[in-house]
Amino acid sequence: MRTIFSIMTDAVAYGMVLFIISIGLSIMMGLMRVVNLAHGAFAMIGGYLASYAIRDLHVHYSVAILMAVIGTIIVSIPFEILLYRRIYRKSDPLIQVLMTIGITFFIIGIVNFIFGPSLKSIPLPQTLSGPLDIGFRMLPTHRIFVIACGVVTALALWLLIEKTEFGIKLRASVDHSGMADALGIRTEIIYAVTFALAIGLGAFGGVVGAEILPIEPFYALRYMVTFLVVVSVGGAGSILGALSASLLLGLADTTGKYLAPEFGDFFFYLSVIVIVFLFPHGLFGRSHA
Amino acid sequence: MTNLLEARGVSCSFGGLHVTRDVNFKLTAGDRVALIGPNGAGKTTLVNLITGDIAPSEGQFFMGGDEITGLSIPDRVRRGLVRTFQTTRLFANLTVADNVALAIMQRKRITRRFFSSSTELPEVRAEWSEILSHLGLAKLAYRKVVELAYGQQRLIELAIGLALHPKVLLLDEPAAGVPHDEAPKILEAINRLPSDIAVLMIEHDMDLVFKFARRVLVLAAGRLIFEGSPDEVTADHEVRRAYLGSYADARRAT
Amino acid sequence: MSEIVVTHVPHKRSIPFGQEAVGALSIIALGAIGYFLYPDDLAFLTRLIGIAFLVLSLDLVTGYCGVATLGHAAQFGVGAYAAGIACVRGITDPVALLAVGVFAGTIMGLISGALITRFRGLPQLVLSIAVGQLVAALANKLSWLTGGSDGLSGITPGKVFGIFNFDMYSRTAFLFSLGVLVIVFVLLQRFVRSPFGLMCRGIKDDDLRARMIGVSIYPRLVVMYGVAGAVAGIGGALTAISTGVVGLDSVSFERSAEVLVMLVLGGAGHLWGALAGTVIFMIFEHIVAAANPFHWMTLVGLLLILIVVFAPRGLIEPVLSLASRFKRKGEAA
Repeated sequence: MRTIFSIMTDAVAYGMVLFIISIGLSIMMGLMRVVNLAHGAFAMIGGYLASYAIRDLHVHYSVAILMAVIGTIIVSIPFEILLYRRIYRKSDPLIQVLMTIGITFFIIGIVNFIFGPSLKSIPLPQTLSGPLDIGFRMLPTHRIFVIACGVVTALALWLLIEKTEFGIKLRASVDHSGMADALGIRTEIIYAVTFALAIGLGAFGGVVGAEILPIEPFYALRYMVTFLVVVSVGGAGSILGALSASLLLGLADTTGKYLAPEFGDFFFYLSVIVIVFLFPHGLFGRSHA
Repeated sequence: MTNLLEARGVSCSFGGLHVTRDVNFKLTAGDRVALIGPNGAGKTTLVNLITGDIAPSEGQFFMGGDEITGLSIPDRVRRGLVRTFQTTRLFANLTVADNVALAIMQRKRITRRFFSSSTELPEVRAEWSEILSHLGLAKLAYRKVVELAYGQQRLIELAIGLALHPKVLLLDEPAAGVPHDEAPKILEAINRLPSDIAVLMIEHDMDLVFKFARRVLVLAAGRLIFEGSPDEVTADHEVRRAYLGSYADARRAT
Repeated sequence: MSEIVVTHVPHKRSIPFGQEAVGALSIIALGAIGYFLYPDDLAFLTRLIGIAFLVLSLDLVTGYCGVATLGHAAQFGVGAYAAGIACVRGITDPVALLAVGVFAGTIMGLISGALITRFRGLPQLVLSIAVGQLVAALANKLSWLTGGSDGLSGITPGKVFGIFNFDMYSRTAFLFSLGVLVIVFVLLQRFVRSPFGLMCRGIKDDDLRARMIGVSIYPRLVVMYGVAGAVAGIGGALTAISTGVVGLDSVSFERSAEVLVMLVLGGAGHLWGALAGTVIFMIFEHIVAAANPFHWMTLVGLLLILIVVFAPRGLIEPVLSLASRFKRKGEAA
C-alpha cells in the first residue's frame, strides 16, 4: 500500500511536470502548426537561469522562477522574430524539423559554453525541501508543490482560453486563420504572444520540474521525444488532452520503472507506436484537414 | 445507352450543414454536360464526392452498373474516372514531360519498374510527345512545371487528364484564371476530346458553357434544381432567378 | 476544327549509361585521392563511406518521397548488428555478411515504412522517432545478443573473395567499401530515374494529384522504405565489418539527426547531394569536433539554421543550376 501510494505521487508529479512543459508546445502546434523541437531547449534555458539566480545571485526560489521565465522569454524573442515567423503554418514539416533541431543544437552549445557542461542543481527553499504531513502519511513537499503548480497552470490556461478576449481571438485564429484576419485580428501579434506564453510555460516547467527532470547539458535532446509524445498522444492544442496524456505517460513510465526497469523504454515506445498509429490525431485531438 | 456514371440520391453534410442534398444524375457515353450554379452551391464538393475525396453521408455512385461508392480514389481512377483541379495541382518540381509520362505509365501499369528508364521509354515517349504537341506544349516538354505561366499549367492539367484515357472526365473550371487570349486553346482541347467519353464541366464562364455543353445541370444550395439543354436553361425562370440573372444582365449591358 | 501545327519533341541527346559511367568514375577518382593522399586516414574514410550509405538511404525516403524522419539510424543499426552478430556466430565471408546486412535492413525498412508512411506531419515524425528509439532500446537491453552498452565486439571477418585480408591500415576495408559504394550508387542512379523513382518524386510533390492519376501511395512508400532499408543495411554491415565493433551510437537519435543534417547540407533529392553532404560534414566534424563537442554542436546548429534560411535546397543546388546553364549554352551554340 505504501509503495502504491508513493508510486502514484511520483507518477502524478512527473506527469504534471510533463504537462507544464508540454502544454506550451501543444498550444504552439495547435495554433501555429509548428513542430517546435527546440521547446525543451527553452525549458533548459529556464533551468540554467534559475540555477544561476539562486546559486550565484542568492535570490529566493520564487524570484528565481520569475527571473527564469522572464529571462527565457527575452532570450527567445530574437528566435521568434528572425526564425520562427518564417515557419508558422508552413506545410512542410521537414523545414520545421530542420530549423528547430538547428536551434536546439545551437542553444545546447551556447548554454554549455556559458554555464559549463555539468549538472545544474536548483536548490529548493526550506519550505519545499522537507516532507509534508498530510494527516495519514508523509509526502515530499516538493512533489505536492509540483502537482499544485500543474493544477494551477491547467486552470489558469483554461480560464485564459475560455473566458478572456485573448482566448476568443486565439480560438478564432486556430479555427480560421483567414477569417481571423478578416475580423481584424492581428494574427502575428496573437502568434507572438502565444509564442511567449508557450516558452514561458516551458521555462516554468523546466525550473519547478528540475528535481524530476534534472537540468543537464543534453536536457533538450533527452526529453525532446517525451514532450513530442505528450503532444502527439494528447492531440495538438488540447489542454485536456495534454493533461491526460501527461498523467498517462507519467503513470506508465513510473510504474514501468518500478515493475520492469529492464524494459522501461521498450514498453514506453511500443505503446507510443500503438497509440499514435491508432489515433494519429491524438486521443483528444481534432484532425486539421 | 449505358450509364458511364450515375449518382443516386447523394447527400453530404458537414457538422449539420447540408452541402449536397439528394443529387441524382446520369452521364452516358458522349455526354457533354456543364454543371453550373452560384458560388457556394457545392459544385466542387460534388466533384470531390464523385472522385471519392470525401464520402457521401447518403446515396450511391455507379459506373457502368457497378457501385463505386466505397472505392478509394485510385481505384476509381483505374476505372476511368478522371478529374482536373480548379486550382492546378501538378507535380511542380518535375518537367512537363514527366508529369504527363507519369499518368501514362500509371495507366500502363509500368510504374512498378525499378531500373528501366522512365519518361524516355519509347512507348511512353511517343504518347506524351503527341499529347503535348496537340496542346501546343511540345516546346515546353523539358521545362519544370513551376517555371510555366498559369495558362500553360491549366493545359498540362488537361494533358494529364487525357493521358489517363478517361471514360468520365470531370473538368473543374478548366478556364479559370486563364488569360483571355489563351482560353480558346482550352476549348479547342476540350472539343477534341474523344467523342465516346462523358465530360462533366464545372464552369462560370457562360460563353464557354454554351459553346461546349449539350446539357446543363444547375446546382443551387446543394440541390440540382434544373436539367436541360442550354437554351432551356436560359429560358427557365427559376434558374434565371437563382443564378443567371446577373449573367443575363451582364449580357444586356455589353 | 482549326489546324494545329504539330511540332514533335526533339529527342534528348544522351549517351546510354553516360550518367552511370560519370558517377562511377567520379567516385573512383575521389576514392583514389583519399587512398593515395591520406593513407593514414583510411579508417576514417571507410567510416565515412559507411555513413554515406545511410545518408543515401535517407535521401531515398526524405529527398525523393518527402518523409520527415528522425529515426533513420534504425535501418543502419539493424544492418550493422545483424552482420556483426552473424560474424560473431560464424559467418565470416564479407560478401555473405553484406547480404545479411541487406536482408536485415530490408526487413527493418519494410516494418518502419509500414508504420511511418501511414500518416504525414506530426504523427509521422513521432512514429519515426519512436521506431528509432524502440530499436535503440532493444539494442541496449538484449545485451546477450548485442553486447548492450559495451557494444558488440569481436567481429573478425574473413578474407574478401578469399584473397584480401582486412589489414590494420584499413586498406582492404576502404577499397572494399569503395567498390560496394560504386556499385550501389550506379544502381541507385538508375533506380531514381526509373518509373518507380519518378512516381515517388511525384508523390512528394503532391500526393493528392498522385492519387488522382490512380496511384496507391502507401504501398509505394513502404516499398521505397524497403529499398532504403537495404541501402542503409549495406552501410551498417560495411561499418561492422571494417571497424570490428557495433556500438549503441549506430542506432542513436543523434545519429539520425546528424545524417539528416548531412543530407540537407548537401541537398535532399539528389544522390550527389547526399554524398557531398556526407563528405563535407564528416570531414568538418573530424577536424572540429575533436576540439570541443559543444562548439561543434553550436556550429552544427548554426549551420542548419543558415541552410534552412538561405539554401533550403542544399549546397548542390547552385552547382546544378550552374551546370544546367552551362549545358543550355552548349546546346545553343
